[in-house]
Formats: sequence, C-alpha cells, structure tokens
Amino acid sequence: MSDAVHVEHAGAVGHAHHPALQHHFDDLEQQQRAAMLGMWVFLLTEVLFFGGLFMAYILYRSWYPEAFHEASRHLSVGWGFFNTLVLIASSLTMALAVRAGQTTNRRGQLLFLTLTIVLGAAFLGVKVIEYGDKFAHHLVPGPDFQFTPAELAPAAEIYFSLYFAMTGLHALHMIVGAGIMLVMLYMAWRGRFSTEWYTPLEVSGLYWHFVDIVWIFLFPLLYLIGGLSVFGGGTGH
Amino acid sequence: MHDVRSTVPKGEAFEAEAGLPRTHYLNATHGTAAWLLTKDHKRIGLLYLFAISFFFFLGGLFAMFVRLELLTPEGDLLTSEMYNTSFSMHGIIMVFFFLVPSVPAVFGNFFLPIMIGAKDVAFPKINLLSWYIAMIAGFMMLTTLLMGGVDTGWTFYPPYSTTGSSSNVVLAALSIFVMGFSSILTGLNFIVTVHTMRAPGMTWGRLPLFVWAQYATSLIMVLGTPVLAITLGLVFAERVFHFGIFDPKLGGDPILFQHLFWFYSHPAVYIMVLPGMGVISELVAAFSRKQVFGYSFVAASSLAIALVGFLVWGHHLFTSGQSAYAALVFSFLSFIVAIPSAIKVFNWTATLYRGSISLASPMLYALGFIGLFTIGGLTGLFLAALGLDLHMQDTYFVIAHFHYIMVGGTLLAYLGALHYWWPKITGRLYTEAWAKVAAITVFVGFNLTFFPQFIVGYLGMPRRYHTYVPEFQVLNVLSTAGASILAVGFILPACYLVYSLFRGGVASRNPWGAYGLEWETTSPPPTSNFLVTPIVTRPAYAYTHADVVSPYAGSTQGERDTGTEETQRV
Amino acid sequence: MSAHIVPVRVYLIIFGALLVLTVVTVAAAGVELGWLNTPVALGIAVSKATLVVLFFMHVKYSTRLVKLTAFAGFFWLAIMITLTLSDYLTRDILAAGK
Repeated sequence: MSDAVHVEHAGAVGHAHHPALQHHFDDLEQQQRAAMLGMWVFLLTEVLFFGGLFMAYILYRSWYPEAFHEASRHLSVGWGFFNTLVLIASSLTMALAVRAGQTTNRRGQLLFLTLTIVLGAAFLGVKVIEYGDKFAHHLVPGPDFQFTPAELAPAAEIYFSLYFAMTGLHALHMIVGAGIMLVMLYMAWRGRFSTEWYTPLEVSGLYWHFVDIVWIFLFPLLYLIGGLSVFGGGTGH
Repeated sequence: MHDVRSTVPKGEAFEAEAGLPRTHYLNATHGTAAWLLTKDHKRIGLLYLFAISFFFFLGGLFAMFVRLELLTPEGDLLTSEMYNTSFSMHGIIMVFFFLVPSVPAVFGNFFLPIMIGAKDVAFPKINLLSWYIAMIAGFMMLTTLLMGGVDTGWTFYPPYSTTGSSSNVVLAALSIFVMGFSSILTGLNFIVTVHTMRAPGMTWGRLPLFVWAQYATSLIMVLGTPVLAITLGLVFAERVFHFGIFDPKLGGDPILFQHLFWFYSHPAVYIMVLPGMGVISELVAAFSRKQVFGYSFVAASSLAIALVGFLVWGHHLFTSGQSAYAALVFSFLSFIVAIPSAIKVFNWTATLYRGSISLASPMLYALGFIGLFTIGGLTGLFLAALGLDLHMQDTYFVIAHFHYIMVGGTLLAYLGALHYWWPKITGRLYTEAWAKVAAITVFVGFNLTFFPQFIVGYLGMPRRYHTYVPEFQVLNVLSTAGASILAVGFILPACYLVYSLFRGGVASRNPWGAYGLEWETTSPPPTSNFLVTPIVTRPAYAYTHADVVSPYAGSTQGERDTGTEETQRV
Repeated sequence: MSAHIVPVRVYLIIFGALLVLTVVTVAAAGVELGWLNTPVALGIAVSKATLVVLFFMHVKYSTRLVKLTAFAGFFWLAIMITLTLSDYLTRDILAAGK
C-alpha cells in the first residue's frame, strides 16, 4: 500500500501482561474469539464426520425396517435411558463448570469438573457392560455373528455394524473428552481460570456438549425403534 | 519481452544493494530442532514445500511407469498387477499428497497471514501438528508402497477394495484417513485466521483474491474431508471387522460408498483448483498492472464454487446404477457450477485487456492456466451431459479432462506461485531466461501429453488397462513423448531454483513492482512478518497509472519509517 | 472478556426440560403410532439438541458468525442426505415406468 501508514498497533498494550496471551494475538479478546470460532469449526467437521454414519443408517433402516426393528430389541432400553440421563446431567455440570470459570469460582470449577468426569466415566462403564453383553450373545459383526430369525441375520448384522460404528465412535469421543476434562481439572486446580480468561474451559465445554448431542440422536435411533416390549432388559436379562 | 524485475524503483534498488536483511525468518534461529519444532507459518510452509516436492516426484515416477507401459499396445514392461499398482499409487500420491495440500499448505501457509497483515495463523501449534499428521500419513503411504502398494485406483471403490483386492488397502485407507485430519486442521486454521487476524483496515472487501480463494477452499476442506474420513474408516472396518456396509453380498450397497466418497471427492476437485485460481488472480493483476476486473464477482465466485461444488457429485455415478432421475438433477447442477468458473476466466481476460502486460515467467504460467483450465472446464461440460457421458465414462477423455484441470490448472498455478513468490520466500532471484524456457517446456509437454488423450478417449480407449488395440498406438506414443518433455519441464525449475539459492541475485523488497502486503515487508520477511502492524487504507490491487512506471513512487516516507524501525529492532 | 453469564436457574430449567423430553421420547416409543413413531422421536431429539445448543453452548448469546457455523454443519448434512436420497428414493420410479 503505497500510502499505507505504519504505526505500532496500540491494542496489545492493555492485556499484554496476562500470562495466557500468546504473542501473535493483540489481546485476550481476539485470542478468545479465535479459540471459540476454531472449536465451532471443528464441531462443524464433527457433524459431517458422524453424518456419514447417519446417512448409512438412514439408507439401511429404510431398506431393512423389519431387521432393524428386530435387532434393536436386543439393546437394553433401560441402560440406554440411564445413559441418556447421565449424559444430560454431565452437560449440566459442564455448563456449571464453565459458569464457575466465568465467575472465578475455583471451588465450583473443581466440583463441577469432577462431577462431569465421574458422569462421563459412568457412561463409559455402562457402555462396557452393554458391549460385553453383545459379545456374549454373538451380536458382534463377523464370523461369529448369530441372529434369529436367520433370514434377517445379514441385515441385522448391518444394524450391529452401524451400532458399533456409531456408539464406538461416540465412546471414543467420550474418552477424549474425559481426558480433556482431566487437563481442565488440573488447570482449574492451578487457579488458571478467571473472569478475565477461561477460554480453554469454555472451548472444552462446547466439545463436551456436542458429544452429548450426538448421543441425544443415537439413543432414539438405535434403542427405541423396536418398541418397549423389552423395557429394562436386553438379550441377557 | 523485458524482465520487469529491472524496473525496480530507485529506492528498492538501493535497498537491494544493501543486501539481505540481517535477521529474517530463515536465520532467526538455527538447527534441525528449531525447524522441526517451529511454529512460524513461513517455516511450516517450507516444511510442506519439501515434503510435497518429494511426493510430487514420487507420483511422477509412477506416471512415467504408466506412460512407458502404454508406449506399446502389448503389456511388455509391467504385468497387469504392477500396472494397476502404478496408476493407483500415481493417483493416490498426486491427489492426496500433492494436489490437495499443494497451494494451500505451501503458499497459503506462507502468504495468507502476511497478505492480511497478521503475525501468524490463529493456531500456530495446530499448524505444526497438521504438518506432522501429514508426515505420519506420508510415512504410512510409503510403507504401503514398500509392502507392494495398493491396486484399487485412487477411488477405493468397493466391493473390490473391501473384498476383492489382496493389496494393502487397510494401510492405504488409514493413511488417507490420517491425511484428512491434516487437511481439516489447515482449513480450520485458515478460516479462523481470516476471520480474526486481519490487520486494521483489512476489510473483507480489501482481501486479496488469493485469500478469498484460500478461504473458500478451507470451507470445502472442513465440510467435505470428514465424510471422506468416515467413508474410508468404514472400508477399513469392512476389511478388518467384517462390517457389511458396502458389501452387496452382506446386504450392503457399494453405491452408497460412491455417494459418500464423491460427496468429498468432487468438492475436493475445487480444493485442488480454487487455490490455484487465487494465485492466477494475483499474477494477472501484478503482471497487467491493473485492478482485477470485477473484484467482488471474482471473490464471490470462489464462495459460489465452494457451495455449488457440493451439489454435483452424482455426475460421477451416471453409469454406476444411480437412478435416472437423480442423474438428471446432478447433470443440471453440474452445468450450473460452470458459471462461477466462467466468471473467473472472463474476469481474468478482462483484466488483461489494455493492461500493461509483462510476460515474466509467473505470467507465462498464469496465461497457460487460463487457456488450459478453460479447455479442461469445457470438456467437463461434455461429461456433465448425460447422453455423452454414457459413451465417454471411464475413457481417456475423462483422464485428459481432469488432467487439464489438475495439471494444466493446479500444477501450473503452483509453479506460477513458486516463481512469483520465490524472491520473497528465499530473498534470491532465479535466472529469468531459464524460468521462461521451463514454463514453455511445461506448456508444450503438457499439451502433447494430454491432448492426444482426448482423441484416443473419444475413439474409445478405456482407462486403467495396461494393453490396448494397436490402432491407438500413434496417439499413445505422442502422449508418452509429451510426458518426457513435461518431465524435463519439471526438473528444470528444480535445478535453477536451487542454483539461485547459492548464486542468485539478491531480491529487493518488491522485485516485481507488485501491489500487496507481502511486498511491503523485507525479502525474506522477519519472523513476525512485519516489524510494525500495517494499517490498510486502500483496496487490493490498487494499481494506478503511475504504478506502471514505479509502483512505490509516493511511498518513500513509509519505506523510510519501516527502515528506521528495522534498525531499532534488529 | 465480556461474556454473558447465564443464571443457574436457566441451566436448571433447561436440564429439567431435557429430562422431561427424554422421558417423553421413551414413552412415545411405547405407543404404536405407525409411521409417526420415527418423526416424533426425531422431533424430540431435535428439540433436545436445540436446547443444548442454544443454552448450554451459549449460541443464543453468541455472535452471528457462531450461529451461522452451528447452522452450517446441519445444513451441509442435509445436502448430503437429501441429494443421496434423491437417488435411492427415485430408483423404483424408473423400474415402475418400464
């Protein structure tokens, strides 16, 4: 720019001493906007990442409604319901943990982050029980797969392929999320979060809520399409 | 034809005599660790440049195998299995390890922050991470190669990829899955950078068109790539865990794979060519000394391509068993995507009109791009027409069409960018005469390689076979001869560019007399890009009539101020 | 940072609403509604997701850019599903026409 004026940008001075400010940002506000937008764009990619599986689900459920109906009865609605409640509760504690960050409430951050991790672990524990049940009853896709009535077995195997792909990917996100929360817990313990700067807490919270939203869709689509005749009990109960 | 670089204004020449700036991003720190752990977007761009050049020559090697085999109608050189592996590895390496990252990862990384007046991208650590992810993916692909390669073609169509092929589909699919995350992180970084890191006064309406193109590309990267990742993840799961999503024997549908694959891979064509279009906008403006004609239309057409590009993937499935009604819809939508592409071509041409054109080497590549991309785009319309496509699907006509876009388009833009920005990146000038020879060699070699393929494809030669009927030999010999010339055209720049690092003249701040923030800083730039944050007061490409003679006639004040800053800070 | 601090009461109300909707979706699955079962289940899931996005994820209080980004994910997913189904849903029409 031939007539561009060159001056030192003054914006950096105000917050320059905050330890969390990275050198390439002018101020914490800019840094926070970047982090938030970054996480939202990442979640955008996550929507489409899970989206491919939802597409496959829509196609095969429309092709094989009966097999999906029958196969779904082998899931425990009770456990699914329980886990839905657990995840919703964890979203509440997560939101409260972020709020504790906003209000510089260190004890609140520690309490609610711990609760979030505990609830996440409970969810994963239930998932282990459910997966174990599927292994025990030969409902895992592969050479050992068994399903009656036999004429529905191939389509039921697709159902369980999707079940494991979707819930497995979701569980993987939960594990990553729990790891992130442990880091947040450590940072909260060190007193890093305050009204002035709690960006990591807020960004991690977005991720956690997103994982919750995925489950909000998985629960009715996987567990509830077989009706409730086996309420509270899967194959093993 | 004169070397525009000799028209450097006096102030610039004076600075050039003074030599390179003493401290810049290349020599700020030393040692392997300083490079491998760098968070400087410029160094990361260079890391990508090294990696991508390697993969480009590797992919080119496989192309030479293919062309040599096709020299004769019989399969003399390679077995059919080796031939399948050769074209598959050529496609996979060129698409995923060269074309997709090429312009964004090298020049986007290096210049996007500079062009918007930022100190770095928004997430420098994630930027470095994306390079490491790419390297892990590259290592996995090399391992695949050493274990015998993969023979499914770059498209991995099931059921062959899931049940038929005995090659290393699992590792190859996993490698591209991993590579996808590198692409996603780069796109994410660029989107956030453009939104949050612009210098004061750098409004959206003042962004260089290269930045607009990178932004649109990044949108496609973050929206499309995850679908490719999950699709290849399912292919992986089919082979390893015996899922039956795509296997018709197990009740699955292979066409679902094609839908999901092309939901990414058609927009991926625009990931590959849009950044190139951004480069061409820069080059055409700089070497015509004119504001790009219809700036806002060119900017908007990038976004339009990104959006409409997502609506056309079904034209890859015309002969796959897709419903005829869907084919009609996709055919119609495919014609629509020609509109924003045509807007670009017309506006570049209009920019040239009555411009003060200098045929410097980057401009030769840009003019080549405009011509070849137009041919590639127009032959794409043939293929979008349902009736014609039934005959041309899977023939060499398709091969020629997309090579006109990928090589004639993207690769020429990549080379144009490399020549245009080389003085800025390295602080050195290459031999312009050699660069012109190389540009002409590439253009001639390219057309000789791929134009005969239009004809041989139209006559009915199918793709992906290692033998053909003897009537096609003349055209295939021409094509192979052209490929040899093309290879020379690629090796030449590697020689004179490397030579310039040691013996090249010292580049001034703005050797082309071009307009843009990247030419405001030193060559090479300092680690923080600008010693003072620039404030932007004029639109992009604000060339005036006086600029034809001296682009910085009125800027001595600003230059001197920067100089003072420099001495204070160094 | 000038972020909007949501009162705890709002979070608790949203939590309660999510619990109620979860119970409703399970109960609705127990009633035989024919083809309506799936739209009802999906409608409830969308409502729950919207509550989480708007309040827990603060989109209600966020910039237009964040709102647009959140929307874009679902919009592009809709493109993928709609155009893919444009193939699958029209295959029989061709067969019937023959």
